[in-house]
Amino acid sequence: MAFDSFSAFITMDGHGPYVWACYAVFFVLMLVMMIGSVRSRTAIIESCRRGYEFQTDKSKVAATSAPSASFERVNVSQD
Amino acid sequence: MWQFFHKLGSPKWFFGISARFMPWLLAGGVLLLMAGVVWGLAFAPKDYLQGNSYRIIFIHVPTAFMAQSIYIMMASAAVVTLVWRMKLADVFVKAVAPVGLVLTFLALFTGAVWGKPTWGTWWIWDARLTSMLILLFLYGGVIALDRAINDEKSAARAVAVLVLVGVVNIPIIKYSVEWWNTLHQPASFKLTEKPTMPPEMWVPLLLSVLGLYLIFGWLACIRMQTEILSREQRTRWVKEFVMRGRS
Repeated sequence: MAFDSFSAFITMDGHGPYVWACYAVFFVLMLVMMIGSVRSRTAIIESCRRGYEFQTDKSKVAATSAPSASFERVNVSQD
Repeated sequence: MWQFFHKLGSPKWFFGISARFMPWLLAGGVLLLMAGVVWGLAFAPKDYLQGNSYRIIFIHVPTAFMAQSIYIMMASAAVVTLVWRMKLADVFVKAVAPVGLVLTFLALFTGAVWGKPTWGTWWIWDARLTSMLILLFLYGGVIALDRAINDEKSAARAVAVLVLVGVVNIPIIKYSVEWWNTLHQPASFKLTEKPTMPPEMWVPLLLSVLGLYLIFGWLACIRMQTEILSREQRTRWVKEFVMRGRS
């Protein structure tokens, strides 16, 4: 240890506020950036998944439900 | 060789390979950074001239080093974007520009706070500080320009040109402490000479620089993955990746 006591470590001969402010801002910003990066990756995966599920739901609905109109050949006499 | 080059440019390939490295980058980076910071804060000897305020160096130098290093990497990627139109290079530039912005801000902030007890002032318009401020604006400009252009290809080209124009600033930052009279002290590490600091000071500094480098590698990977996923949403491999484990 370069310091005699814990309080000397905190005050750092009067330079404590400067040193600790730097380290605090550094760690807070790094953490915010790292957590933010993880969360935006999770968010994009989530939104892709929802998009794909919406698509498959739509195609399922289209496949199972009866058509609302049908076109059948009707023979009409030409005479 | 060319096949490898093509593979390197493939977002899908990058996605797979980066996932394998990321845990190691994060673990190694956090470990090294913590070792460097704890050593520097509590165990490194006091500076005979500056006292304990010099302990800021263990985060100031890594952030400033990374701020410039990231810009050089972005410039290399910009060349690749312009010459070979490689998608992944553009993805890299967009993914890391905000990281560069934050690290440049941290370098300036820690420098200002260190300057107060050492030089007696928070800020002075000298060569090193001003050129670093310009670097901050360059990062901001890159991010803003990218957001302002909707078309992906024209945004990529415009951003690449801006990054390349801004690269003149890097040698100015590097040599500013030698070309002009400045309050800033000369470089802590030089490739050609032994450090002027004792090993109890420069070893923890080197550890924290390496640690931050690895953490940047992790950040770059995860942010590039995010960018790739949002660009390639309509491809089959992204769909398979997102929907795996679900029927």
